[in-house]
Amino acid sequence: MRFIFKTDYDQDVRLAKHGGHVFWYSLLGLFLVTAPWLLDEYWLAQLTFVLIYSVVGLGLMLLAGFTGLFSIGHAAFLGVGAYTEAVLAAQGWPFPLSLAMAAGLSAAVGAVVGLPALRVKGIYLGIATLAFGFIVEEGLARWESVTGGNAGKHVEPVNLFGWKADTELSFYAVCLVVTVLATLAVINLLRAPTGRAFVAIRDSEISAQSMGIHLARYKTMSFMISAALAGVGGALYAHKMQFISPDQFSILQSIDLLLMVVIGGLGSIHGAFLGAIFLITMPQLIALGKDYLPDAIAMAPGLQAVVYGLVLIAFVLFEPMGLYGRWLKIRTWFQLFPFYRKGMFKRQKSFQKSDRLK
Amino acid sequence: MSSDSDILLSARDLTVRFGGVLAVNQVSFDVRRGEVFTLIGPNGAGKTTVFNLISGIYTPTSGTIHYKGQPMATVPPHAVAGLGIARTFQNIELFEHATVLQNLLIGRHTHRRTSLWQDIFFAGKTRQAEIEAREKVEQVIDFLDLQHHRDSMVAGLPYGVRKVVELARALCTEPQLLLLDEPSSGLNVEETDDMAFWIADIKNLLGITVLMVEHDMGLVSKVSDRVLAMSQGEVLAMGSPAEVQSHPGVIEAYLGAVDDVSSLRRDHAAANAREAA
Repeated sequence: MRFIFKTDYDQDVRLAKHGGHVFWYSLLGLFLVTAPWLLDEYWLAQLTFVLIYSVVGLGLMLLAGFTGLFSIGHAAFLGVGAYTEAVLAAQGWPFPLSLAMAAGLSAAVGAVVGLPALRVKGIYLGIATLAFGFIVEEGLARWESVTGGNAGKHVEPVNLFGWKADTELSFYAVCLVVTVLATLAVINLLRAPTGRAFVAIRDSEISAQSMGIHLARYKTMSFMISAALAGVGGALYAHKMQFISPDQFSILQSIDLLLMVVIGGLGSIHGAFLGAIFLITMPQLIALGKDYLPDAIAMAPGLQAVVYGLVLIAFVLFEPMGLYGRWLKIRTWFQLFPFYRKGMFKRQKSFQKSDRLK
Repeated sequence: MSSDSDILLSARDLTVRFGGVLAVNQVSFDVRRGEVFTLIGPNGAGKTTVFNLISGIYTPTSGTIHYKGQPMATVPPHAVAGLGIARTFQNIELFEHATVLQNLLIGRHTHRRTSLWQDIFFAGKTRQAEIEAREKVEQVIDFLDLQHHRDSMVAGLPYGVRKVVELARALCTEPQLLLLDEPSSGLNVEETDDMAFWIADIKNLLGITVLMVEHDMGLVSKVSDRVLAMSQGEVLAMGSPAEVQSHPGVIEAYLGAVDDVSSLRRDHAAANAREAA
């Protein structure tokens, strides 16, 4: 067990709280930097996808996991970002500018979608965002002069003031930089007053309000930041795929994104990354497992969807805190060995919560 | 009589109607600076409704509330804390999946000086503001003896401690007027004594005016300067705790009218007589 002797308030503010953090995150950083030489081309591409989905996951995590607003239409923001990037890259905009535009436009759309969030809650917000997702998908398909409609659109490689990131390695480097910056931004936000206001809204709107938090402003802000991150992820996604069409941003994509944050563990930044790793590696694992299954199951269409569904149900039933929650339990077990108790992570019953003011 | 500058909060002819229910009817009172003013009354008397009117959650059907001479009618609920009014809730409304420290830091929200962009980059100013906020929070932690629970998740804390954390969170906003909705509900005898001690300290050491709703008459008479008794949305009596407790209207509201009791007695006597006969 680690005991941290605190002598300074800055120790609670800084990013690395103790030597363990420094060590393990340096190791992770080292792996990510050397990955192009450690992994073959195929797995490097998968790692790039993990990074891209992590950025989107961070956005959705901020909204669903930290502000408590669920969006079942997040693929729409991904789509807005992807198409903005595709159009601007075709016109020769340098990557940082087009990326900022993709984020900005997604955020603007997010602000519009955030409006119903000020009035409706829970499942009704889900329905509103779902409807929005359909509108955007339909819009992308119909606005042929810009998006190329259902025929899709080719995406130019990343152009950094003349330097083109058109190889697997160079694009991986771009994604890594963007992901690290996005992660730092979200972590910073969460240790600052803005992030705490989000958490306050998630846990009790009534008392957040009585603490002076402007609910409408912070909910809209959360939607905008979340959409901006999804837009950034979308821009990277467009470059990675090199070809985008509206059906990549359908309800299925939205559900994948939601699945990602729930399985990763709502309310944790790690969860966004663990969820992305799950989402990307699961199809590979299913493909590997097919060899060992009878043909009738292995060849059945929709096997992946069934597995995803089962995994989601299992997580909701047995591990609502997701992969990260499971990891916390394992870590606590080792830290406290042999004093771990079964009920340590049980949630308190919320019977004392009042419904009168809601 | 006290002069106007002594009056921190003044409510005039407050009336609230929820459909056909008259929850609060023509209630007027003044809270003076530096006193503990208590609302008492049976369940459903409209005490919490008065609280929600002050914190802007409900709008009065008619009547006005003035805080430091300014009308509260146009103040949106989230701006009330910024004026220096903090509150606690009857059924604890803490941020459950955050630590005690985070809860208290949220209490510093009205004092935030950083913008969204400064937060995203965690600029020097944000870091400095965080440490200043922490210093204020630590003062409150010391004041209420919460050191032991600083890094605990609220969801895992016992009820009595949560009650104190909620009080601490309200104090972190550095209020001038503190609204306490049943501070002793659900607490045991010792915890109630601690609460009385703290409320007295809040008044005497921090100079904060307290307006509270309370059922425990022991606590009420220990800490209150003045008491307002309500029943069915109307004012029954106002004065010192002893005066209000001996007021016939208050006794009637809590125990029933003398007539009711004596009529019950008569019935009983008559029944006995019938039985004997």
